[in-house]
Amino acid sequence: MTDPAGTDLAREDPAVLRDYYRRMALIRAFEQRAAEMYTRARIGGYCHLNLGEEATVVGLTAALREEDYLFATYREHGYALARGAEPGRVMAELFGRTDGLSHGRGGSMHLFDTEHRLLGGYGIVGGQIPLATGAAFALAYKGGPAADAPAVMCLLGDATTNIGAFHESLNLASLWQLPIVYVIVNNQLGMGTPVEAASAEPELWRRGCAYRMPGQRVDGNDVLAVRDAARAAMAKARGDHQPTLLETVSYRLRGHSVVDPARYRTAQDAERLRREDPLPAFRGRLIASGVLDEEAAAHIDAEADKAVTAAVDFADASPAPDVTTLFDHVYASPPPGMYRGLPGGPIISGGGSA
Amino acid sequence: MTVLSYRQALHDTLRAELQRDENVFLIGEEIGVFEGSYKITAGLLAEFGPRRVRDAPIAEEGFTGVAIGAAMMGLRPVVEIMTINFSLLAIDQIVNNAAKLRSLSGGQVSVPLVIRTPGGGGPQLSATHSQNLEVWYAHVPGLKVVAPATCADAKGLLAAAIRDDDPVLVLENLALYNTKGEVPDGDHVAEIGRAAVLKPGRDITIVGYSRAAVIALDVARKLEADGISAEVIDLRSLRPLDRDTVCASVRKTSRAVIVEDDWLSYGTGAEIAATIAEGAFDYLDAPVRRVAAAEVPLPYAKPLELAALPDAAAITRVVRESLGGH
Repeated sequence: MTDPAGTDLAREDPAVLRDYYRRMALIRAFEQRAAEMYTRARIGGYCHLNLGEEATVVGLTAALREEDYLFATYREHGYALARGAEPGRVMAELFGRTDGLSHGRGGSMHLFDTEHRLLGGYGIVGGQIPLATGAAFALAYKGGPAADAPAVMCLLGDATTNIGAFHESLNLASLWQLPIVYVIVNNQLGMGTPVEAASAEPELWRRGCAYRMPGQRVDGNDVLAVRDAARAAMAKARGDHQPTLLETVSYRLRGHSVVDPARYRTAQDAERLRREDPLPAFRGRLIASGVLDEEAAAHIDAEADKAVTAAVDFADASPAPDVTTLFDHVYASPPPGMYRGLPGGPIISGGGSA
Repeated sequence: MTVLSYRQALHDTLRAELQRDENVFLIGEEIGVFEGSYKITAGLLAEFGPRRVRDAPIAEEGFTGVAIGAAMMGLRPVVEIMTINFSLLAIDQIVNNAAKLRSLSGGQVSVPLVIRTPGGGGPQLSATHSQNLEVWYAHVPGLKVVAPATCADAKGLLAAAIRDDDPVLVLENLALYNTKGEVPDGDHVAEIGRAAVLKPGRDITIVGYSRAAVIALDVARKLEADGISAEVIDLRSLRPLDRDTVCASVRKTSRAVIVEDDWLSYGTGAEIAATIAEGAFDYLDAPVRRVAAAEVPLPYAKPLELAALPDAAAITRVVRESLGGH
């Protein structure tokens, strides 16, 4: 098979390649539908999409094993899906329903699925980085390096490399030799601010140098390049407890969140986005190299649409949480006298009248 | 019972919990080689090694977050933040992560975390090193905040915090570390969320916690000589707050004074006063009074520092005023 895009497709199992495309198509369909549901006010709050980042999402998650842990940002719908979460349960969380992954407590920015070892999306920029470092600390606490040992992957955005928690965490991970891979998902914009306007070192992976942490930048639009780099980094995390700072470079197709019209984008940017969109690019590669034909690709696209329609139906059918469950999940062991008043409710049962 | 210092009770409890549960580990600045700024962890590195007693660099947000992440994985970290002043560097991790992960995950994630940290003002540590910021944390659902005043509670509440599946901030106090008292032998775990009546009384209720409860008890004992029978309540826990015990006491005494080391406005006393207003309004014979720190960044100069902090004289005066110049 010949492949113009660099990575040699001939080495790959065609079934695996088709599976990558299937996952990318599912994310694309899910996110497009999420945007639609948001504009129809079925989804509230903030809603950040992985559109344009499908190759990165699938490449990174393909490098993980079941026993690995993933910490994500608030732009994490695709990661939950790629990690194996039920699309219906993800959509139900976005809808704020009982059958959502967090029973409607978290919403779009806070997807947790401990069964698939997704330890959260995080709404505060960079809040996940010390936590992921702590998860790696716990793995090291429990066991030494081994080729089959679990490790942690921690996602973060490009702008997040400017916060203190990023630097403190990298220092600790390197100092203590923790089994973790930090991945800067560089989509080139922190909300509307270009990387060059926010980071004195715009080649973000180089920031690991200060902590003697090896790193690498890869093309985030190339699912196989992303997977290979992440796999190598995870191997070092598992086998040597050597942390890595990986950087994937891609571009989000929409604004920062669904409501952002992205007026800061130029016409040139828009043209580039269309040209570099990883989904049609990968589809084209697979067809050019004979892994897929048009019919098979169209079938995968249709199946993705069907799965997302089923997810919306599932979310629609799921009941809204009952207000009697308001105080559930706040504490593991709520003390007997814990105040459970609703607004305007009495502080003391029985009141203070003589 | 054995008479121990508050410091020793904390130390012995940490040691016993490290022995009891392999998942318990300590992390913080200077807790190992240096043996702790206040020597609570003295000898523990030598006994348990660096895996269980982890010196961290000066990076409160980083190592507190690391502890939260380790707790998510089933470990039971006990973080030492050198003083509560420095917890501000870690407040995002405490408030946005530790307090919320269980809820945000719909119950999938537990954070069995302990943060030990001393508050307290004086001896000329001045404005940045003398704060009592515990109400900042007591305000936040998802956290628990306990404040041992006695040596027995230093043991019982710390053990309870370590064995609790929720994140618990254990407020210690610089001025209490050298105090001595009886400590139950063997396994002693207090119940989080229950106030204690340190001294029963009929005429007035004095409510405090941490150092303030100790001073209040001292004041109450001296007032006995003047025929004033004051009941002293040690809150022990700020979140959850045992409102019932406070209200039951005030329904009996009809008067209340609240003593706190933090600043007056929006402080613990405000919450207690509101609780009494709702839970014992018809029983009150006098307005609820508060004795709290003056609302200034605590000055360095000794006379200014002393003037700003609540003391026995101020408590005694306010109790007498509340009793109508008794």
